[in-house]
Amino acid sequence: MSDSNNDIKLVDAPDGVSGAGFFATSFEKVIGLARKHSLWPLPFATSCCGIEFMATMGSNYDISRFGSERPSFSPRQADILMVMGTIAKKMGPVVKQVYEQMSEPRWVIAVGACASSGGIFDTYSVLQGIDRVVPVDVYVPGCPPRPEQILDGLMRVQDLAANESLRRRNSPEYQALLASYNIK
Amino acid sequence: MELTNENVLGKIISKFGEDNIRDAFSPDGIMTVTADRDTIIDLIQYLYDDEELQVRFLTTMCGVHYPEQKNKELCVMYQLHSLRHNYRLRIKVFFPIADPVMPTLTNLYAAANWMEREAFDFYGIIFTGHPNLTRILNIDEMEYHPMLKQYPLEDLTREDKIDTFFGR
Repeated sequence: MSDSNNDIKLVDAPDGVSGAGFFATSFEKVIGLARKHSLWPLPFATSCCGIEFMATMGSNYDISRFGSERPSFSPRQADILMVMGTIAKKMGPVVKQVYEQMSEPRWVIAVGACASSGGIFDTYSVLQGIDRVVPVDVYVPGCPPRPEQILDGLMRVQDLAANESLRRRNSPEYQALLASYNIK
Repeated sequence: MELTNENVLGKIISKFGEDNIRDAFSPDGIMTVTADRDTIIDLIQYLYDDEELQVRFLTTMCGVHYPEQKNKELCVMYQLHSLRHNYRLRIKVFFPIADPVMPTLTNLYAAANWMEREAFDFYGIIFTGHPNLTRILNIDEMEYHPMLKQYPLEDLTREDKIDTFFGR
């Protein structure tokens, strides 16, 4: 009988000092490691990029390999807001309200051309990129992007989560960023 | 009586007079007539009440903007359907943009409620007597009526398109 436990891949321990019976590292690295591998997405899907996200969640591409198997449809338990699709100006305040309801730390991915810049909808009724209403961490290009690209966008957020300083969200730069979006 | 464009036109002209029912033509088989805003509600009410016609379904209505027509810049188009006879007809009403006022059709057709709000939203047409004439599709803060042709279609705040490549 083979030992299937050998197939399980574990992440490497962060840098630290180890000796007989102890291992010492900083909280920042441990918490970053934990956050990186359990980012719960909140899918805000309004159009065709949302269909690509469904493929990304499905077994072929399987976003749960990255610890994001639990789409949170409540903003309060979500870590990443994934905005996928055209956001009309009338929808802008809704995106902003969902973002405001998320607790820190929170990240935002703009998936696809429409969420990133308005895309082909250069028209009076469409918000020309969600960075007009909320700060965006990662932009995924494409119209729509393939699931691999969405996974790559998630991995870029993982990099941010792993390397972010624990005090970053208290920094004056971050407060100023939120203030520039009129988010308290 | 089978409804044809000729006998329906004769019937409404004999009721409302040639001055009020003008420019009848059939661009696509559906008779199109021009009426006036003073008589439009009576006309649609008459089409509804008449036992021979029984035009009792409002298929659609919308606003149109013709900026080059002097004093007839704005238009409201009603498309009506007699389900009893499977007969359709189209009525247009023209009026100046300086006086964008129309009587409401909501007292006869409840379906006109949202359509008139849409025409108000996009063309700024005021429907007098409408129960709730507010914007329906665009954001409430919008300060203009975007389908009027003096306004550009494009979003003016967009920054990644420059004239050289996109012909703005």
